[in-house]
Amino acid sequence: MILMNHDPSVRDGADTSPTPLGRRTRAALHMKRGLAFLRTWFAAQPFWVTVAVLIICAVMSWLEPQSFPTRDNFFNITRNFAYIGIMALGMMAVIITGGIDLSVGSVMGLAGIVCGLVLQAGHSWWLAVLAGLGSGALCGLINGLFVAYVGLPSFVVTLGMLAAARSFAVVLSENKMIYDFGPDGDIFNAIGGGEIAGISNMVWLLLIMAFVFGFVFRFTPWGRHVYAVGGNEAAARLAGVAVNRIKLQVYTLCALTAAIAAVMVVGWQGSAINALGTGYELRVIASTVIGGANLMGGEGGAYAALIGATLIEVIRNSLLMAGIDSNWQGAFVGAFIVLAVLLERIRGSRAD
Amino acid sequence: MAVLELKRISKHFGAIEALSQVDFELDGGQIVGLMGDNGAGKSTLVKIMAGNFPPSDGEMLLDGQPVHFHKPVDARVAGIEVVYQDLALCNNLTASANVFLAREQTRGFGPFRILDDRAMNERARELFAELKSETRPAEKVRTMSGGQRQAVAIARTHLSRAKIVLMDEPTAAISVRQVAEVLDLLRRLRDQGMAVVLISHRMPDVFGVADRIVVLRRGHKVADKPIEASSPEEVTGLITGAIRVA
Repeated sequence: MILMNHDPSVRDGADTSPTPLGRRTRAALHMKRGLAFLRTWFAAQPFWVTVAVLIICAVMSWLEPQSFPTRDNFFNITRNFAYIGIMALGMMAVIITGGIDLSVGSVMGLAGIVCGLVLQAGHSWWLAVLAGLGSGALCGLINGLFVAYVGLPSFVVTLGMLAAARSFAVVLSENKMIYDFGPDGDIFNAIGGGEIAGISNMVWLLLIMAFVFGFVFRFTPWGRHVYAVGGNEAAARLAGVAVNRIKLQVYTLCALTAAIAAVMVVGWQGSAINALGTGYELRVIASTVIGGANLMGGEGGAYAALIGATLIEVIRNSLLMAGIDSNWQGAFVGAFIVLAVLLERIRGSRAD
Repeated sequence: MAVLELKRISKHFGAIEALSQVDFELDGGQIVGLMGDNGAGKSTLVKIMAGNFPPSDGEMLLDGQPVHFHKPVDARVAGIEVVYQDLALCNNLTASANVFLAREQTRGFGPFRILDDRAMNERARELFAELKSETRPAEKVRTMSGGQRQAVAIARTHLSRAKIVLMDEPTAAISVRQVAEVLDLLRRLRDQGMAVVLISHRMPDVFGVADRIVVLRRGHKVADKPIEASSPEEVTGLITGAIRVA
């Protein structure tokens, strides 16, 4: 309406200007487009999750003004969801294709141990990073080969990798913690543990990666094909989409993000343990689902992964601050997962 | 000259003879109704033309030149498009994204290329306008009617300027009102000079739009004649075997 009132053609209805109607319809069209944009935005799960995050933050700031809205707490919250968020981005690619990757926690553990061992052997930091990322990507490649070319269900393949990668991590580490990082240890630790402008490096990395993933999902043919595979795999194949190659790539990418998270977390903590990442697959999958991914495939996005991970950490942090026994966290996160999917279902049925 | 000519095509699956010595010709600007009971060999014939599998025997000529399709892509490159019964669309994508799936238009320079959605929507809008279909390019296919989905699937074939379109039961799963819309789409394809094969069980649809009718029975061609020279009764007889050949 505001737009219309500013349009002179509306004020002087009998204006003799050459295109009063053209202007008017154009303004209306603009408004219609704007409304359509708002409508899709309001209908989207990530929007409502963002609202939930903001409400929880506001309530907590009001209840706990001394401890919640502080610089330290902000630093902690953001850092604590950053590595989950990084993994959720890779997981999102897999879930959009209609698959699932249960092995990210174990792959993270293996990649962390590989980093630690390379550093312990006295090699340079970049070799450690490369080896860590390489070991993760290799796990993903194996997952992808079995899913895409052998045709096994992703649930089964990655469940196998969940057990196998953890086992490799334990064997390689000889079940010991690795903390003697050799000459390049300080540099390596600074990557994951450092901060720029008061924000953890991990958070910066998450933001950059979220931007890149969001761009690739939305604006590249590859991104579109990922959605097509999840929407209707048979149709995508008939249309000429390289379905098998896309699948191989998303599983590799997903494991790679787990390895990136491992590099950052091992550097932050200054040590590598073979239990790193145990149970994280559930937090990562929960992040994507809460953000609005559909486990049947075809729906989701980079921001959804980011905001889903944020909500889980904000809930966790709020419960801690509110003095609720930390053992209750699981119940709350679990309730939110089911609630998120329920909301999606209700909105979905209304749209139909 | 025929656009596509199939000569003495046979196909065996083990001991089963799905097609035997079938001759089949397609001309531009013509709709051929392909009829037959389940198992008569209709889909086998279509799959051979679409490149899903090669014939066991016989040859295929496209514009007079022998062709051998090893996979569906070969047929598509040669100008033969299939619109599948289940329409094979991605519900989670927009109409224009479906039309351009795996042939996306991009802009940018060198290896840095992004999707050109504006250009694709514009082109899709033109294609839908050609088909006289009220399908909005930027709308998701999920919310569309059967007729609109059909238009999206057909626009795909149009995009590549296909010479031959094979339609597999296009009216099987849609409402009566939309059937008329789809039959109109077929007429427009014909009027633009395409060769259209309509595989259907629905007698009124075939007699409504087809110029020629071909009936298969147990892998043999039992009729191939102008539609005016036939009748629904005759075709029913041919399909069931009450009439041996016509």
